[in-house]
Amino acid sequence: MSVTIPLPHDAARMHVTGTARYVDDIPTPAGSLHLAFGLSPIARGRITGLDLDAVRAAPGVVAVMTAKDLPFANDVSPSAHDEPLLAEDEVFYAGQPVFLVVATSHLAARKAARLGDMRFEDLPAILTIEQALAADSRFEDGPRVYGRGDVGPAIAAAPRQVEGEFELGGQEHFYLEGQVALALPQEGGDMVVHSSTQHPTEIQHKVAEALGVPMHGVRVEIRRMGGGFGGKESQGNALAVACAVAARATGRTCKMRYDRDDDMTITGKRHAFRIAYRAGFEDDGRLIGVDFTHYAICGWAMDLSLPVADRAMLHADNAYYLPTVRIESHRLKTNTQSATAYRGFGGPQGMVGIERVMDHIAHDLGLDPVLVRQRNYYAAPVGGGAAPRPSASPRGISNKKEAGRVTPYGMEVEDFELQGMTNALMESSGYAARRAAIAAWNADNAVIKKGIAFSPVKFGISFTLTHLNQAGALVHVYQDGSVHLNHGGTEMGQGLFQKVAQVAADRFGIGLEAVKITATDTGKVPNTSATAASSGSDLNGMAVKAACDTIRDRMAAFLAERAQADVSDVRFADGRVFVGADEMSFAEAAAAAYQGRISLSATGFYKTPKVAWDRIKGEGRPFFYFAYGCAVTEVAIDTRTGENRILRADLLHDAGASLNPALDIGQVEGAYVQGAGWLTTEELVWDDAGRLRTHAPSTYKIPACSDRPDVFNVGLWGAVNREDTIYRSKAVGEPPFMLGISAWLALSDAVAACGTAYPAMDAPATAEEVWRAVRRVRDGV
Amino acid sequence: MDITFLLNGETVDLTGVAPTVTLLDWLREDRGLTGTKEGCNEGDCGACTVMVTDQGGPKALNACILFLPQLHGKAIRTVEGVSGPEGDLHPVQQAMIDHHGSQCGFCTPGFIMSMAVGHQTGATDHDTQLAGNLCRCTGYAPIIRAAKAAADVPAPDWLRDAPEARADASAEAGRALPGSSDALARAYEQHPNATLVAGATDVGLWVTKQLRDLDPVIFLNRCDDLKGVEIDADCVRIGAMTDMEDLRAVMADLHPSYGEMIRRYASVQVRNAATIGGNIANGSPIGDNPPALIALGASLHLRKGDTRREMPLEAFFLDYGKQDRLPGEFVEAISFPRQPDRLKCYKLSKRFDQDISAVCGCFNITVTDGTVAEARVAFGGMAGIPKRARHVEVALEGQPWEAATITMAQAGFEQDFTPLGDMRASAAYRLETAKAMLERYFAEDIGGAQSVLEIAP
Repeated sequence: MSVTIPLPHDAARMHVTGTARYVDDIPTPAGSLHLAFGLSPIARGRITGLDLDAVRAAPGVVAVMTAKDLPFANDVSPSAHDEPLLAEDEVFYAGQPVFLVVATSHLAARKAARLGDMRFEDLPAILTIEQALAADSRFEDGPRVYGRGDVGPAIAAAPRQVEGEFELGGQEHFYLEGQVALALPQEGGDMVVHSSTQHPTEIQHKVAEALGVPMHGVRVEIRRMGGGFGGKESQGNALAVACAVAARATGRTCKMRYDRDDDMTITGKRHAFRIAYRAGFEDDGRLIGVDFTHYAICGWAMDLSLPVADRAMLHADNAYYLPTVRIESHRLKTNTQSATAYRGFGGPQGMVGIERVMDHIAHDLGLDPVLVRQRNYYAAPVGGGAAPRPSASPRGISNKKEAGRVTPYGMEVEDFELQGMTNALMESSGYAARRAAIAAWNADNAVIKKGIAFSPVKFGISFTLTHLNQAGALVHVYQDGSVHLNHGGTEMGQGLFQKVAQVAADRFGIGLEAVKITATDTGKVPNTSATAASSGSDLNGMAVKAACDTIRDRMAAFLAERAQADVSDVRFADGRVFVGADEMSFAEAAAAAYQGRISLSATGFYKTPKVAWDRIKGEGRPFFYFAYGCAVTEVAIDTRTGENRILRADLLHDAGASLNPALDIGQVEGAYVQGAGWLTTEELVWDDAGRLRTHAPSTYKIPACSDRPDVFNVGLWGAVNREDTIYRSKAVGEPPFMLGISAWLALSDAVAACGTAYPAMDAPATAEEVWRAVRRVRDGV
Repeated sequence: MDITFLLNGETVDLTGVAPTVTLLDWLREDRGLTGTKEGCNEGDCGACTVMVTDQGGPKALNACILFLPQLHGKAIRTVEGVSGPEGDLHPVQQAMIDHHGSQCGFCTPGFIMSMAVGHQTGATDHDTQLAGNLCRCTGYAPIIRAAKAAADVPAPDWLRDAPEARADASAEAGRALPGSSDALARAYEQHPNATLVAGATDVGLWVTKQLRDLDPVIFLNRCDDLKGVEIDADCVRIGAMTDMEDLRAVMADLHPSYGEMIRRYASVQVRNAATIGGNIANGSPIGDNPPALIALGASLHLRKGDTRREMPLEAFFLDYGKQDRLPGEFVEAISFPRQPDRLKCYKLSKRFDQDISAVCGCFNITVTDGTVAEARVAFGGMAGIPKRARHVEVALEGQPWEAATITMAQAGFEQDFTPLGDMRASAAYRLETAKAMLERYFAEDIGGAQSVLEIAP
């Protein structure tokens, strides 16, 4: 068995020796050209003059292009055709590409790009939620509303109520490798594009449109990204299209990579939200009704904002049964970078909303917030039972959806793991004793206060756009028994390629060294979905399994016939093939099959079962299953300055029957720190003119080494997936990101120790925000 | 300009080098050594970290803001040169594989280089050694596990570089690379419009971010007589080219709070390049050294040709972007009197490590028989220049060292400062936390942990 083994990342040795090749490392032909965009300095205006003579005259410049010079489609949008590669008559955010410089070096292109003389008639920019609402500047006609029951009267009639509103900042992806693409013109007008992208098919599609060729005229390849996190789902389109049109125009290889400041200025980020809430509940903390309003700042173009905002609504329940609920979602169009996919895809924002409500209720009642959460959890699955469980279908027991188990969108939660997980984490983290010790500390210390908090995660797995839940694979077995593996998923560090290779090795009963992992290539597997929504292993693992099984079954049938044995007696294990009493190496079996004229190449295909979703009504089963997790975080704050630190984090995460526990723990640890960063130090600041002021790591602070928790205990839950996924594993890319919410709640808990009022913190809880909250609480506001 | 250095054990002679080509661009574009990565091009992420060995031993430096002339006479190792000649992995490489320390792998070469330097020098303060390497994937935990696991494995022989000796013979690699402060004084007097490059941790960004063409340029890295700290019975004198990592070590003994503040000042890679002279001469209102040095009563030593003058450090900063420095005049040294350690430095930033201060407050308050004998209080981030809090000082001096005095003196901050708000902090936060820092100083003085950095889980 090559699955379930904690093998290192397949490229680990190449990573540590510097030999792992990223797009910018690919040797380019002599005469290759380099690109840079000239950017709009203003947030909104009409272009009245564009004098680019100085740009053209700059050293090394080969060509300068504006929207008028583009031969075909001027669009890099992944959705609504509302995102020109180069601005046409108007600019819609500070940082929008206006013209394209093609030069002999990266530096020459960057220098020339600053020489454009752009004149504008300023138009009023919409930069805030208030401005957007006042101007009714939004995507879709009005707010989208999902819900259940009549929430207004339910809250009004409840014994107790809380209400509030808070800001939830966006987040820069800060993939260490910036956006980059490389286009190599081919014979007959074809184009080969290397793009650091999570979505090669989208790159292929947009490049084909821009070149006026069918998709077959464009081949896109990506071996690995230096981090993606959602930021390379659509944001690479502009670079790939720019390279392709410039390569077409010049006949030369063209490369574009954003300097870090340009990257942060141009590309979209996580959606910032404002969330308003009102909740009614029982005296014991059980919710009766909750009413949310989400204001999502979507930026200037639609990009993926609708499904992001939908997913926020779909996670407004998180782990809790909401008897009556209303979620109103405003998707506001603003003159800022077009917010885009980011790990969790709106889920984190929705989840923070309900976790805030839980925290507020517990504070209101003076109850332990863990208890309040447990009282509101979805009901345990029918049959319950401790992990690991067999894969019996709970649906077989009753077709009637059980009360306490149905989400606001009408999907029954059949696999709820959190009762058991919460109990286990309470025990392993020593929560109760530590909570008491913290209370004692806080009673004795006026300046440094400590806080502790628990938060759970229930995250829906599947693309909510149902048709995206498909994947393809291409597998070859060569006559020496070595295997060429390809599928539509992309590698961005998450270890997808290794997990899928483990699947392939297991299907053939061979060692990993016999499996060659190859670059994602639209010429090998077509029509792929983005590697996103945590779906990479689920989808591509299954597709590869199907392809491998096809070849294996052909080999088995051939070998059985040759040996006059039953096909069921053919077994592939330990690099050997057993045919009845006979055995041979896998290589010998492959050679024999080749000589027997058996096809040793196959495609595989997979589509996720059971999912069906009506996003307009907000009803159906958008998710195949849920992944779960929970966390306890302890922090300390300095009430004088708001400075704060995570002292300890205990995480327990549900990766199903893990394909590779080492890679999964890596995802959980990394996601937690990234999630905690989102809610603490990572603050995006725009000035009054709509210019991003935090456009470099000097001003935008992702967690550094010492920001990880001093004590960091991470465990996998280990229950098998109740649904039939690849080896009963679960998706793990996004869900643990939201474990970081516990850090924000722990800060709130520490602030609450300063007085009697509810801290009502915004996010990110920077030192300054913590300091403000301390003052609010002390003043009893 | 002609320069010589060792690259992964082999001598490289370059002629006619353009002075502001960065090591990173040269490695990737000219040498095809693409293992060293560009993450931010401003020295904040560490993806381009290389090992540079000079007389002081191996150091981690950011190749993205290191100009080739700064490497004259040194030995460079990139990630391609860390494994053995037979492809044997360095212990930190093996440990990073074993402990799953890489995910996307893009930051990994930089981490490997920082770890290899730390391994070579026996450093075990891994959080500090790696504060200048950002990783977005792992959350750092497995990297620290790897660093710890490799710590006890002997360093391989193949990695022991010595500086390139032949470069010493060509002591003067032209006017732009003077070999002494006398030569510098002559060159700068003749070319007062030249840009002086010390560590290039600031000037580097003029080139990589502002895309400025710097010409002429004079590099100070060969002026060994400007390096080092002299400590005698009365005075501490710091040569302008003393790097911040060397200064940190000195201050860790003399004034530990200042030493700890320098530990949080940028990162190892930046401190290994950045100089005290540069941090003062660039006149930044948010440089962290001036407030500490002003609080210590430091004097600045300037030189132009053969003329020298001295002034209190605070007098050097005239206004935002304006210093009392004549054309052709350069910072030679900074000195301050030996004194009992009463200095506390409080650096307030969004992130503890490797962040620019929103507020940096430095307090040097002498208490005699329960009364404040002398108070020197200086701040960065509170005005257009590093500035003393004169009203606060006056309010403290002669008063009993007690809580009521602190409360009274806090009001002085509002007279001393009218800070601005920006992306690092609001004006109100700056002003109020400045007051809080005085409170913290008093509380620390009378006992007890006062910072979250001192709290254990």
